[in-house]
Amino acid sequence: MKHNFTYFAKEGVGNMFSHGFMSFAAIGVTVACLLIMGTFTLVAYNLNENLKDLQKENAVLAFVDDALTDEEAKALQSKLEKLPGVADCTFVSREEARDSYVEQYDEDDLYGDLEAEIFRHRYVLHMTDLELMGELRTQLEAVEGIDRVRADETISAGFITVRNIAGVISIAMIAVLLIVSVFIMSNTIKLTTFDRRDEIAIMKMVGATDGFIRWPFVYEGLLLGLCGAVIAFGLQWVLYTGMVKGVSNSDTMQLLKLVPFEGIWMPVALVFLGVGLLVGVGGSLTAIRKFLRV
Amino acid sequence: MIRLTNVEKTYDNGTHALKGISFEIADGEFVFLVGPSGSGKSTIIKLLTGEVLPSCGRVMINGFSMGRISDKQIPLMRRTLGVIFQDFRLINTKTVYDNLSLAMRAVGATTKEIQARIPYVLELVGLEGKEKRYPDELSGGEQQRVAIARALVNNPDTIVADEPTGNLDPNRSLEIMSLLERINALGTTVVVVTHEKSLVNRFEKRVIMIDEGNVVTDGAHSYEVREVQE
Repeated sequence: MKHNFTYFAKEGVGNMFSHGFMSFAAIGVTVACLLIMGTFTLVAYNLNENLKDLQKENAVLAFVDDALTDEEAKALQSKLEKLPGVADCTFVSREEARDSYVEQYDEDDLYGDLEAEIFRHRYVLHMTDLELMGELRTQLEAVEGIDRVRADETISAGFITVRNIAGVISIAMIAVLLIVSVFIMSNTIKLTTFDRRDEIAIMKMVGATDGFIRWPFVYEGLLLGLCGAVIAFGLQWVLYTGMVKGVSNSDTMQLLKLVPFEGIWMPVALVFLGVGLLVGVGGSLTAIRKFLRV
Repeated sequence: MIRLTNVEKTYDNGTHALKGISFEIADGEFVFLVGPSGSGKSTIIKLLTGEVLPSCGRVMINGFSMGRISDKQIPLMRRTLGVIFQDFRLINTKTVYDNLSLAMRAVGATTKEIQARIPYVLELVGLEGKEKRYPDELSGGEQQRVAIARALVNNPDTIVADEPTGNLDPNRSLEIMSLLERINALGTTVVVVTHEKSLVNRFEKRVIMIDEGNVVTDGAHSYEVREVQE
């Protein structure tokens, strides 16, 4: 049936135009579902990125034993960097710690004459994963030369909970929206198929195989899905860029950092294309099944 | 060849449509299948086209045993048949040429084969020059000729016509029946289901009369049919 593929494609395109309203409805449904799904996924993605940033700020402080010399304190860095779960490790000398402290209260002369000796050398450690905080604390406390460790596990547990909830909700929402999209697309194509049930019956009667009847519908679904994906991608781009501008111009939402669309357009395009084609072809195949039983 | 041996058909709703029917139609024959409404004629047509399978008994159509036929073989069996319906069943959004080419595409014909075959078949049914017309633009008789052309286009062994003249006036009916007779003369088996006694009488072919799911008479010609029906 190789020679028939041009015919199938021609039929698929022809059917799409000859049932203009239904094609428009099917594309509309795909666009709406992809937009809702895309917007939700992008919001979840940005939320996750913002949580990662916040996570970075939630550092562990390891105070060096006073008995160690400056060189000995600095030498600890290589040991600490090798600990599992450490993303980066920065040495902060007692002088830097003093300056930073004073800076916080720069309007108050009271702290201006503070001696650096009352501060300790310390290390600021960021983790690859907040869940490792408890484990890291134990390991740091076991390092010779580290006197005390400060790690706020309550805050980190809060971040982990928020991140997990956001992850579960976004996965659940994406799954639900995908199923809904296939269902609506399938029903929309079922209506166009219903319109052509006589045509299908005639084809069956002259000896057409199920494959021969199915292919034009598959092409049609593919095209409808593709059109839906392209339109949804364009709209998503405009919508998201507008959202990024809106957030950056807002006084109250400046804390939120949104990833620019230019940085994520490729995965968004691939997902839209994949989902659009899946919904189109899946919807067509589901819709036509019933009418092939002649 | 078509052979039905002790065929029974009971539908899911309990209707016992055929009650042990047997007959044989040899290659090249022209047969009228007659009988009142609800006699089982439509069930026989459905058995012949593979729309329903027998509940019991044996149905052989052009070498295919319908009792044991697989889903994949049904399209192959249908390609040995050309089916004509009372309501023509043409695709109104396609031209005459496209209606015919669809039937050829469905069985895997190439564009070259299609281009060679369609003008010949259209000439055979007297529709030369009407390739580009849509079914709506044709008269009832012409539409039925298109349906006959579609049935013929794949060169089937058997033509099964279900009330082919039911929607036509007497003159057009005669033309269609004459056309089927001509097709039969070229070697194709023709089975015509009809209510029209006058046509049956006029053509003097073998008549199988069905009533209440049984064969009432077989082999009679026009006069006997009229006698039985009256």
